Amino acid sequence: MSGPILSTHGLIARYGDFQALYGIDFEIAAGEAVALIGANGAGKSTFLRAVMGLLPVAPDMVRMEGSNIGGTATDRMVQMGVAIVPEGRRLFAGMSVEDNLRVAIDQAERLGRKGGWSLPRLHDLFPILKEKARTPVQSLSGGQQQMVSIGRALLCQPRLLLCDEISLGLAPKVIREIYAALPEVRAQGTSVILVEQDVGLAKQASDRLYCLLEGRVTLTGRSIEVTRDAISQAYFGGSHAVV
Amino acid sequence: MQWFDALVQGVLLGGMYAQYALGMALMFGVMKIVNVSHGDLVILLSLVGISLSSSFGLGPFTVMVALVPLALGLGWLLQKAILNKVVGEDPLPSLIATFGLSLALQNLMLQIWSANSRSLPGGGIESKSIQIGGIYIGLLPVIVLVFAVALTWGLDLMLKRSRFGRALRAAAADVEAAAMTGINPRRVYASATAIAVGILGFAAVFQSLRSTVAPADGGAQLIYAFEAVIIGGMGSVWGAFIGSMVLGVTQALGFRIDPGFGVLAGHLVFLLVLATRPQGLFGKA
Ligand SMILES: Nc1ncnc2c1ncn2[C@@H]1O[C@H](COP(=O)(O)OP(=O)(O)O)[C@@H](O)[C@H]1O
Ligand SMILES: [Mg+2]
Repeated sequence: MSGPILSTHGLIARYGDFQALYGIDFEIAAGEAVALIGANGAGKSTFLRAVMGLLPVAPDMVRMEGSNIGGTATDRMVQMGVAIVPEGRRLFAGMSVEDNLRVAIDQAERLGRKGGWSLPRLHDLFPILKEKARTPVQSLSGGQQQMVSIGRALLCQPRLLLCDEISLGLAPKVIREIYAALPEVRAQGTSVILVEQDVGLAKQASDRLYCLLEGRVTLTGRSIEVTRDAISQAYFGGSHAVV
Repeated sequence: MQWFDALVQGVLLGGMYAQYALGMALMFGVMKIVNVSHGDLVILLSLVGISLSSSFGLGPFTVMVALVPLALGLGWLLQKAILNKVVGEDPLPSLIATFGLSLALQNLMLQIWSANSRSLPGGGIESKSIQIGGIYIGLLPVIVLVFAVALTWGLDLMLKRSRFGRALRAAAADVEAAAMTGINPRRVYASATAIAVGILGFAAVFQSLRSTVAPADGGAQLIYAFEAVIIGGMGSVWGAFIGSMVLGVTQALGFRIDPGFGVLAGHLVFLLVLATRPQGLFGKA
């Protein structure tokens, strides 16, 4: 196997004087799904934002296939094959479902990114997006909005997809619908980093997991091997555990 | 009949204001920048156009063909060199930067062209008029209105249908999310300002055909553009057009009541809209 598609090395991130991440070492292999769990405020979103070039970080703190890429502009990260489903969905309000998706298609074309995702294929995955193509995104339900946000990221044709709490605030039935899309994304060979509050869901959907607590990794291991006890200790504090 | 005549004149005047207001609405809509040097750029382009015309003996529409690409380039440069460094959540840095630019441009123009008023020779079209049902309508104002409609329509179509338009609307809605889809915000911004100033290339030709221009005249143009954009609703292209019409008609009707009241009437309607419907006639609350 080749090395990781992306890794971080002592990744530090700050908001002004406040330090949110204290040296995160992380890696994800091609085709792998890695979950990132942790309590509210642990630094999960900050980690994804730092990787995505949305927060200033030093070049050698993030590596992609051997090159130092920390702090690379977000649009360049997309060009290199990293896409994000951001916290809060961040759709383009005032634009239709189809126009939201077209923005990503346009840019993938412009940047010369090729991949398996197209509008018809996305419509197969989430049929409601076809039905609602002309609807302004702000009048969709939360679950439908999440589907647009995921669709928009997929149409960037990513090799690595970052998902920030895609189940947050959704009904169990809708969560199942959205998570049912994951195997198809992975079948494409796309690596996935899943930030998830629901530990059960995170374990089930990932190969490995990392637990963050107050900006530090407190647990790493294979998802099927880590125990509930180890997770709850890593989640809420106590000693550092590695399984 | 007198009032109807004033209404027609007002709509025609609105055509001129629309050509100032479109670019301002675009820049505000996409970047939340109020470009204080907007009026000075019209004057600068007018003076350049007048110099081109007198140096090379060019007619007004040939001047336009030269001036519009120049204006596009100027706008692009303005964004790359200055505005990209000050654009952001806080509107104050860009306000200060464009205010400084406004002062610098005025001084530069004084140095080059002196304080004298000049105008662009139009070869007669500026004084031609057509008579329709007892009303004399100037040919030039009609051409100005036709250009205003075409520019508004074209800009709106571009925003709705083109790849660039979608990127622009995306960046306007959420610039960070736009970057997450691969959009380079600084590039989109540079193109937006290029278009905003490019439209002033048309406005400059018409402005210097219909009246004289002098280096200090930019302020008045800025105010009219600003008022039209506020009345119509910040950031909406057709809103800016309608706002320009409302401003033009109000001024013309006010002028008919009393010649000294025209401009003031426009200001009053602007204040009325600001007080009762601050999001503008077409803006969303
Ligand atoms: N924009 C911000 N400015 C200042 N502090 C922030 C900002 N965003 C997040 N933080 C802080 O950084 C820490 C990590 O936040 P975040 O990464 O959002 O956590 P999580 O996604 O795990 O819930 C928290 O203490 C939070 O208060
Ligand atoms: Mg978060």
